[in-house]
Amino acid sequence: MTEAVPSYLSPTGQEIIFLLLGAVAVGSALLVVTTRQLVHAALWLVLTFGALAGCYLVLTAEFVAWVQVLIYVGAVVVLLLFGIMLTRAPIGRSTDLDSRNKVTAAVVALATAAILVTVVIDGFRMAYSPLKPGAGAARELGASVFSTWVLPFEALSVLLLAALIGAIVLSRTDITGGSRTGSSSDPGSRGSGNSSGPPGGEAADGTSRMDRGH
Amino acid sequence: MHIVYPAVVSALLFSIGVYGVLARRNTILVLMSVELMLNAVNLNLVAFDVWLGDVLHSGQVLTLFVIVIAAAEVGVGLAIVLALFRNRQTVDIDHLRDLAEPEDDLSQMPAQAVAPVDANARGGDLEAVAAFRARGPADPGPPGAASATPAEPRPRSADNQPSPAPEDGPAVDGPAVDNPAERGDGRRVKRGGTS
Repeated sequence: MTEAVPSYLSPTGQEIIFLLLGAVAVGSALLVVTTRQLVHAALWLVLTFGALAGCYLVLTAEFVAWVQVLIYVGAVVVLLLFGIMLTRAPIGRSTDLDSRNKVTAAVVALATAAILVTVVIDGFRMAYSPLKPGAGAARELGASVFSTWVLPFEALSVLLLAALIGAIVLSRTDITGGSRTGSSSDPGSRGSGNSSGPPGGEAADGTSRMDRGH
Repeated sequence: MHIVYPAVVSALLFSIGVYGVLARRNTILVLMSVELMLNAVNLNLVAFDVWLGDVLHSGQVLTLFVIVIAAAEVGVGLAIVLALFRNRQTVDIDHLRDLAEPEDDLSQMPAQAVAPVDANARGGDLEAVAAFRARGPADPGPPGAASATPAEPRPRSADNQPSPAPEDGPAVDGPAVDNPAERGDGRRVKRGGTS
């Protein structure tokens, strides 16, 4: 890795493909954070994840690439789309997706990008490694996971189980915990959880509670 | 393959994720931006695993672990968002200011933001504070001084008009009632009447 580094001016075919995929990933990620339509953000996210899977493939990490396609494109984006639909988000163009501190966020993001890119270019300008196919195949990766990384793998399965149970408990409404029974002495807080206000708002709910206070 | 290329792509993706987390208001869009940041980390891990030629494949195995953790995070995060939407009918982060400092509420809110919507939201805050105080068995401090100060500036901004009545709120109804539940309800009735 410290031998003679090939010139940046004559990129190989792998590097050209990687840069094109990286440009697609960065561009669609920009559209994810700037688009005005919620559903389009999720669909641009699919393109970002797909381009990143292509990047992994170019970097000879085949198994990670297919896991990326299966889990991110197949599961995470579908879950996010379900979340968008279940929160009754507007399908069309919505104007209030951006916060008021948009300029501050842009400044912070540009500063982060400048610092990271400068440091990375300065530190790894001489880093070069020829790509050898087969290093990230399922065979090697599986042998590594089930020989060296067995304990983290099992701990991760416990974490997944905990997250599954947590998601179920959070999303079901008929599970009564201790805090529910503790707060049932107060009629205001009890009613605020289950009051079927109009879907527009907090505002109508708040006024009805104020009226109940009279 | 120069390692600079994936490193730069991942740095750019991470910065885009930072922008999304800071600038978006919808909670699901914030979750998407967090996913972008996690993917930037994954690309870094894969690139440096290839560069170092690790025989244990630690970078790629760690990438798999990060992907699994991201999936769990999205599951729990969406469950939280749905519970939030069920209780508040909004997933707008800027409106979820229950835990914000009240002074910041008053000083940093621009004039157009103290609209009737926000005033009612702050009425809901007062309700939540009263409910919390009524629920809590251990109320620290004396009844008037310690417990009434955090909620004190809110009704003034909710009224949006000069009203001298809530100024001496803790001094009037503090020693009058002892039970915390009755005290919270009494203040709520009184402030509701003044508005």
